Amino acid sequence: MTAIVTSAYNAKIRGLLDEVYDPELPGLTIADLGVLRGVSTDNGQVAITLTPTYSGCPATQVIEMQVRDVLLRAGLQDFRIDTELAPAWSSEWITERGRAKLRELGIAPPVGRRGDASDYCDPEVECPRCGASNTEKISEFGSTACKAHYRCRACLEPFDYFKCI
Amino acid sequence: MKDDNARFEYLLRLGDNSLILGHRLSEWCGHGPVLEEDIAMSNIALDLVGQARLWLAHAAETEGAGRDEDTLAFHRDAFDWRNVLLVEQPNGDFAHTMVRQFLFDVHAVELYRGLSGSTDETVAAIAAKSLKEAIYHRRHSGQWIIRMGDGTEESHARAQAALDDLWGYSHELFDDDALVERLVADSIAVPGAELKPAWDAEVDQVLGQATLSRPSDDWRVDGGSQGVHSEHLGYLLAEMQFLPRAYPGAKW
Repeated sequence: MTAIVTSAYNAKIRGLLDEVYDPELPGLTIADLGVLRGVSTDNGQVAITLTPTYSGCPATQVIEMQVRDVLLRAGLQDFRIDTELAPAWSSEWITERGRAKLRELGIAPPVGRRGDASDYCDPEVECPRCGASNTEKISEFGSTACKAHYRCRACLEPFDYFKCI
Repeated sequence: MKDDNARFEYLLRLGDNSLILGHRLSEWCGHGPVLEEDIAMSNIALDLVGQARLWLAHAAETEGAGRDEDTLAFHRDAFDWRNVLLVEQPNGDFAHTMVRQFLFDVHAVELYRGLSGSTDETVAAIAAKSLKEAIYHRRHSGQWIIRMGDGTEESHARAQAALDDLWGYSHELFDDDALVERLVADSIAVPGAELKPAWDAEVDQVLGQATLSRPSDDWRVDGGSQGVHSEHLGYLLAEMQFLPRAYPGAKW
């Protein structure tokens, strides 16, 4: 295939993968999350590169299954899924669209560019429901490993905060 | 070939530490003192088991004997485990669990920081990934040490008792034997002795905030990384390995 055909083909594959959502963050695609690291075609074989978020995240295997499922349904036979560990996934890879979707889901997106959890203080997190910054951490770990559990002191609603890593 | 064997043994130590501690934490699932903490401990357990999977998969690949991470996790007996004795100690009360976790987490952060520069690229990648998680684990356990130590009379007494009980198990984390030295020479591993000053500083700082006293170094127990374990490991393995041993190849 010529370069231009290949890039159009890869874009089409990416379009298919826009149907793959994180099972624990409904509404966020693997592209929104930055888990999808690459789509390439080599001698007709499609290679999908994924980088898992947390080592123990149970969603990782489900995401792989979903990718396989979407590609098979589209009639693709010759493809492989590569897991790339380095560089390690960072919450900075969540796209702007992904951050907006997190807020819509009632989850506060990561605060700051790089998570500095090296001290024992907590970041100031804005309530995704009412926007108040008067919030408090309830637990370092929320419904999943990637989230902490918070409560808004203004509207009193509990919410998840997606941690910086 | 010989070096691959040393690397295999070293990877087992890393993987076994994570897996045994992860399993210990999972025993709290459904028994946590409060719901949030139950969830937190299960999440940390998941991180640790996930890290163990990566280490053991790399160990199996390095060994090249046809085993995989599941074979290593479920079909080895106590003598073949290389985890330090600290991680196999029973959960005890919540203070014992958190002190064990804190002593481990502070070490894990320093270890993974060092290993992220390993000449073994897979070791470097797993370490860099695990480091991000370990920083959160340390934050979680460290905050509990401060809360319990600087809390009520009872929480202080329990935290101090746990610290006194477990302190002698912490030294093994820093032991450098011939195997580690050989891998350090190839810049694959980092020497434990090099991690000690940062560990001391971090632990002292948190114990200070927690108003807890640092125990004296007048006793130590070790042997886990050589395969000499306490009685506790056998019981743990009996539970953890039951299903794949009773139903080989079981899938769901």
